[in-house]
Amino acid sequence: MRTTSLTERVDAYPTGWISGFAVRPGRALPFGATPVPGGVNFSVYSNHATAIILVLFRRGEREPMAELPIPESFRVGGVYAMVVFGLDVEGTEYGYRADGPFDPVAGHRFDPGRVLADPYARAFGGREVWGVPPDRADPYPYRARLAHDDFDWERDRPLHLPSEDLVIYEMHVRGFTRHPSSDVAAPGTYAGLVEKIPYLRELGVNCVELMPIFEFDEFENSRTDLTSGRALLNYWGYCTVGFFAPKAGYAATGPYGMQVDEFKNLVKQLHRAGIEVMLDVVFNHTAEGNQFGPTISFRGLDNHTYYMLTADGHYQNFSGTGNTVNCNNPVVRGFVLDCLRYWASEYHVDGFRFDLAAILGRAPDGTPLLNPPLIESLAHDPVLRDCKMVAEAWDAAGLYQVGSFPDYCRWSEWNGRYRDVVRRFVKGDPGTVGELATRVVGSPDMYARRGPGASVNFVTAHDGFCLRDLVSYNEKHNEANGEDNRDGESSHDSWNCGREGPTGDREVLALRDRQVRNVLVLLLTSQGVPMLLAGDEIGRTQQGNNNAYCHDDELSWLDWSLVERNSDLLRFVRVLIAFRHAHPGLRGRGSAQGPARDDVVPAVSWHGVRAWTPDWSQQSRLLAVMLRGGSRQPSDCVYVAANAHWEDHELELPAPPATLEWHLVADTAAQAPHDAYEAGSEPHLDDQFRVVIGARSALVLLARRQR
Amino acid sequence: MQIDRQMTGEVVVLSLEGELDSRSAPQAQSEIAELVPQDGKIVLDLSGTTYLSSAGLRVMLLTYRQAREAGTRLVLAAVPADVLDVMSATGFLDFFTVSDTVQAGLGVLQR
Repeated sequence: MRTTSLTERVDAYPTGWISGFAVRPGRALPFGATPVPGGVNFSVYSNHATAIILVLFRRGEREPMAELPIPESFRVGGVYAMVVFGLDVEGTEYGYRADGPFDPVAGHRFDPGRVLADPYARAFGGREVWGVPPDRADPYPYRARLAHDDFDWERDRPLHLPSEDLVIYEMHVRGFTRHPSSDVAAPGTYAGLVEKIPYLRELGVNCVELMPIFEFDEFENSRTDLTSGRALLNYWGYCTVGFFAPKAGYAATGPYGMQVDEFKNLVKQLHRAGIEVMLDVVFNHTAEGNQFGPTISFRGLDNHTYYMLTADGHYQNFSGTGNTVNCNNPVVRGFVLDCLRYWASEYHVDGFRFDLAAILGRAPDGTPLLNPPLIESLAHDPVLRDCKMVAEAWDAAGLYQVGSFPDYCRWSEWNGRYRDVVRRFVKGDPGTVGELATRVVGSPDMYARRGPGASVNFVTAHDGFCLRDLVSYNEKHNEANGEDNRDGESSHDSWNCGREGPTGDREVLALRDRQVRNVLVLLLTSQGVPMLLAGDEIGRTQQGNNNAYCHDDELSWLDWSLVERNSDLLRFVRVLIAFRHAHPGLRGRGSAQGPARDDVVPAVSWHGVRAWTPDWSQQSRLLAVMLRGGSRQPSDCVYVAANAHWEDHELELPAPPATLEWHLVADTAAQAPHDAYEAGSEPHLDDQFRVVIGARSALVLLARRQR
Repeated sequence: MQIDRQMTGEVVVLSLEGELDSRSAPQAQSEIAELVPQDGKIVLDLSGTTYLSSAGLRVMLLTYRQAREAGTRLVLAAVPADVLDVMSATGFLDFFTVSDTVQAGLGVLQR
């Protein structure tokens, strides 16, 4: 028998009229505004409000078309829910007025004079086109909108790549294609990024980590740099206005209100190319700032619940931005969970990187918790079970939890200690070899229990110097940020190789090229999950600015002409990424602690100038590691040597596994194209017992059968 | 939104005139649904479509799905440039065969 469903619902009819609109009691779940047959179900909650009014606008009109007090009888607990019939899904904007006590000392800041955005709004109006200044006089500048939730995903689903197999690429959606050289139809948008997927595929990365794409206002705190006269924006967007809404200004179709479809298409196309999507999410603070900031939604809906407050009602500031989200309040915890479940299920997102995640482990009074309920909930949530969860395990108030983040055997971390020691080793600091050894095998001192997939290894990220600048500047040069060079990280373990900034000195330039490659060799051969900063593979510079959050200009945008100009470097990175994908020993799955499975080659062994004799002394600047992995017989075996000393050294090589011989994969002392060899073309080493490593250079060898 | 139906040989040509948005979409959707032939050929002429909202995009996609179900080949013809941009940016275009003109669309279906 063929089963069919009824074409109509018995609750698809109004029970009454309010302010000229047909309504009926709504359903509390799901929260937010959800199209239902004949109308829209509005559901909003507040435990401290005494009354809530739904405010409806016609799109494009400043003043409301109607205000509908939600009847007391429509309330379920602290949830106010109402179905309004006959609304045009595309032509309607909505908000709420919440009444309740105004008593800042007690933490309450209700003000029914304001229209508040729905924290669950799926789309926003008001910021449809990037860079168009907002209307400061608009009493309701960020307007909650309704969104279609149907999308033809066809067979798409999250890719579920094993964590340790990822090569992450951190990027800014707008900056990636905004530069005139990008040659895409819609520069600076989700659609523009789709056009560049072939580049990502060729590069070999299989996960993009998108800097914030939740709706934000790039004009937040906008100002003019007095020296250059340039407008400074919040270009990075670590300042969320709408946690359930993709940023409309990043969509070519933002002016048509189709950012939801455009972002979903981006995810679908990346998945088709075998690339996962990780979102950089900012739950530690909101765009509302402190008591002097704008009231957008949370402050007016339930200030006492959403924010960490002092005993006298002031905003705690563990985020360095004015307020701190009260993550371990049970209501807020539910909000965060709802939000991530929505992105995982509705947008097929593969994972999340949590900005200043240490804050997620603080109690409502700010105390770090041993067993933070939010972090535990996220770790065990069934909807999120297969999502990557990556913590930036520190905050702006001194809590540093790299290696000690409450992980529930589930969370990964940005390994800040990896970054620090690789930087110091490569620039030639003494006393770094011992820690470097620990870091390049997945930091088992911190992650032995969780495995190397828990360590996201990186040397550069959006915060701090990009790679080319790391080897070109001793000091940050943030004058263009308009804060007298006071902003941005000051201890950055960089070295300019002899001259500060741009130079024509060939020796300095050659050394910088080598230092860049040395970092990349270490990063791409270390166990753990490597993360590249977009543009580092083509030598992008920010002219020494290590905190370019406010620059929507050439300083930040990826200049695609570098693909040609630095094609040697790009080739080098492609070869190393492909090499990484081909050799499981580098990814450390099941190898770091396992016993030797065949012959006498252990999974990890350390070497120095003499084979089997690493030099762990304070003055040592040379380290070699032999990694054996995989189940193939004979073993997959790789030898990586890094020499941060300013002199050449002759290295005695350990014997490769029986029947195999050493071949050269990469040598950063060699000129391109001899700096890296594609699979199958690696030259056989004539001398199987000795190899010379150049001053400040790195070598990668592969043991394989001689052809 | 007005929909005109013409037969050109064995091909149904539907011309959509006006705005296709959330107000006009339900009506347009049911009218088009009745005009899609079984095991036939159809050209949707969008030259007179002045605006296509996200509901409009959904009408296009539903028509495509319906046509496939019916074993009917479908071509979009004379899509205005800005509508084409929107369909491209959102990925909806990937589902369709597109021709510059109705004439070219008929040619495609003849093959």
